[in-house]
Amino acid sequence: MALIPNIVFAIALVLGIGFFVHNLRKLIRNIRIGKPIDRSDNKKKRWGNMIRIALGQQKMVVRPVAGMLHILVYLGFVIINIEMLEIVIDGLLGTHRIFSSLGSFYTVLIGAFEVLALLVLISVIVFWIRRNIIRLQRFWKPEMKGWPKNDGNLILYFEMVLMVLFLVMNATDVSFQQMGSGNIISGIMAPWFSGLPETTLHLIERTAWWMHILGVLVFLNYLYYSKHLHIILAFPNTYFASLGPKGQMDNLEAVTKEVKLMLDPNADPFAAPSGDEQAEMPEKFGASDVSDLNWVQLLSAYTCTECGRCTSECPANQTGKKLSPRKIMMDTRDRLEEVGRNIDNNGTFVADNKSLLGDYISREELWACTSCNACVEACPVSINPLSIILDMRRYLVMEQSAAPTELNNMMTNIENNGAPWPYNQMDRLNWKNE
Amino acid sequence: MSDLRVPTMAEMMAEGKQPEVLFWVGCAGSFDDRAKKITKAFVKLLHKAGVEFAVLGTEESCTGDPAKRAGNEFLFQMQAMTNIEVLNAYEVKKIVTACPHCFNTLKNEYPSLGGNYVVMHHTQFLKSLLDEGKLSIEGGKFKGKRITYHDPCYLGRANGVYEAPRDLIRKLDVELVEMRKCKKAGLCCGAGGAQMFKEPEKGNKDVNIERTEQALETKPDIIAAGCPFCNTMMTDGVKGKEREGDVAVMDVAELIANAEDI
Repeated sequence: MALIPNIVFAIALVLGIGFFVHNLRKLIRNIRIGKPIDRSDNKKKRWGNMIRIALGQQKMVVRPVAGMLHILVYLGFVIINIEMLEIVIDGLLGTHRIFSSLGSFYTVLIGAFEVLALLVLISVIVFWIRRNIIRLQRFWKPEMKGWPKNDGNLILYFEMVLMVLFLVMNATDVSFQQMGSGNIISGIMAPWFSGLPETTLHLIERTAWWMHILGVLVFLNYLYYSKHLHIILAFPNTYFASLGPKGQMDNLEAVTKEVKLMLDPNADPFAAPSGDEQAEMPEKFGASDVSDLNWVQLLSAYTCTECGRCTSECPANQTGKKLSPRKIMMDTRDRLEEVGRNIDNNGTFVADNKSLLGDYISREELWACTSCNACVEACPVSINPLSIILDMRRYLVMEQSAAPTELNNMMTNIENNGAPWPYNQMDRLNWKNE
Repeated sequence: MSDLRVPTMAEMMAEGKQPEVLFWVGCAGSFDDRAKKITKAFVKLLHKAGVEFAVLGTEESCTGDPAKRAGNEFLFQMQAMTNIEVLNAYEVKKIVTACPHCFNTLKNEYPSLGGNYVVMHHTQFLKSLLDEGKLSIEGGKFKGKRITYHDPCYLGRANGVYEAPRDLIRKLDVELVEMRKCKKAGLCCGAGGAQMFKEPEKGNKDVNIERTEQALETKPDIIAAGCPFCNTMMTDGVKGKEREGDVAVMDVAELIANAEDI
């Protein structure tokens, strides 16, 4: 009978982690729906980027207030997780504060956890105030209505509760308070509970302990359903991000093959395609759905935590156009999830007459982009919404001939005169005599 | 203002000469009335510094940038491969251009199609001439003026060139003032991504007006730019704000050339 808590704990742990792994596999499967793209080069530079940008939070501090608060929450999250290790061992073995035998090192450790827990609590409250009282514009854009808004707040409530539980757990731990070391914050809280009998204190302490660990397991599983996946995916996303200059856009290889053929004076235009070529022919240019995007773009869609820094820097969005780079990422993820559920239900993807283009992202949004790279620069985790916008424009132009009329005129001019305006190429040097 | 000496690659080749650098003029620099002035100012500076250069003239064609950003990868690659054929036939090694869009495309998107060149923006090239002592810059008539510099997206964020144009402007003994959004955080003029050639989508303001307002906040005498398209957008913005009487929009090359009336 004495083993019941240990067994319950072990079951909770296995269920919690097991379900998370189950969803993680689904997530990886969905990301693999994307087209292949080789990002295995330059490992040193990629590790460097990951360490600087994800681990080192380099781009978060571009906005100092949000950046510093975020670093506190991030440090708290990482460091307090060491405490989770103790909780897990205690839970499985039925011990109590097994690390306390470490002596003065434990004092330092617990002291640091407590201070961080308080700082996290304060930071999260400030975050909540910024979202809900100050109402920072970027949290109130049209794409942030409904679930995205609730999701953001729910995460903050989760963190508030977990931190409070941690501190209450320490404050009501009689033997820990009697030890009198490392209880920097909980020592202040302990007198609040002073009138209570020891059994009640013990009950509160146990309840807080259990709710804390169960809360953490629930939160872990909440990740997959929320925008909060960035705490994990920021690392691979910064690793696999493009390393080239931001202005460089990929040259479509399928197009290169065809253009080379067109420009080759020896090519026989009437030659019957060989079997091989025919097999390659159906290649679609550009993207109209998530399966046309590459897997890094899909990984980015899951990585996005909807902070909206991209959208607040976007010139189109700032001047009232519909385009919001954040919405491009949110739509990509929503559609990818829809495709994933379709596969879950049918075993394989069954056409649903829907697509990312049209059902989620409108042409109006795509044509409003100036390709200025402000969104790419602003993203603290190296997401590139512009690459998705460009791929979808490619589909509109090359598969559907659906560019705005003025752009068709511009392109006709380039084709005919080698300039976007209707001037004769033979007049190109006239300026020198004017 | 006639008879500017501008040799073409074809002429150079006929004389058996190879210029040190090819000046890629670009469509705006060739055809747009405002941009032509920038082209001429830059040519004068090249002459002053004694640079042996040539242009492609009628053999030059659009790099394909607006087609690519609009999504027409076919047209882009057709343009690119045709241009690369011409450039490689002349054994071009180094290219300078006053257009950040041409600069970005030639530098970043031509190599994988077989066009490998050292590509410089004209502000980078002028800076190198200055550093080598081939070009001197004096304040002249702009001495003491307040100048704010607008970062073209395809020079700044796209390729990380922020200092060359600023170094040149500082040499003019002027007061260089920064807008609240500058360098990495610079706001677009509204022309990029083929927007130059179409009407903007529905919104509550034009991007160039927003950017012009940011520039005017610095109370400048001159708004400097390094891109013919930014120049057009900012000039329109200044006109829209009815400030063309007291605020000029000028390219960095024009500032240097006009400072001493060359």
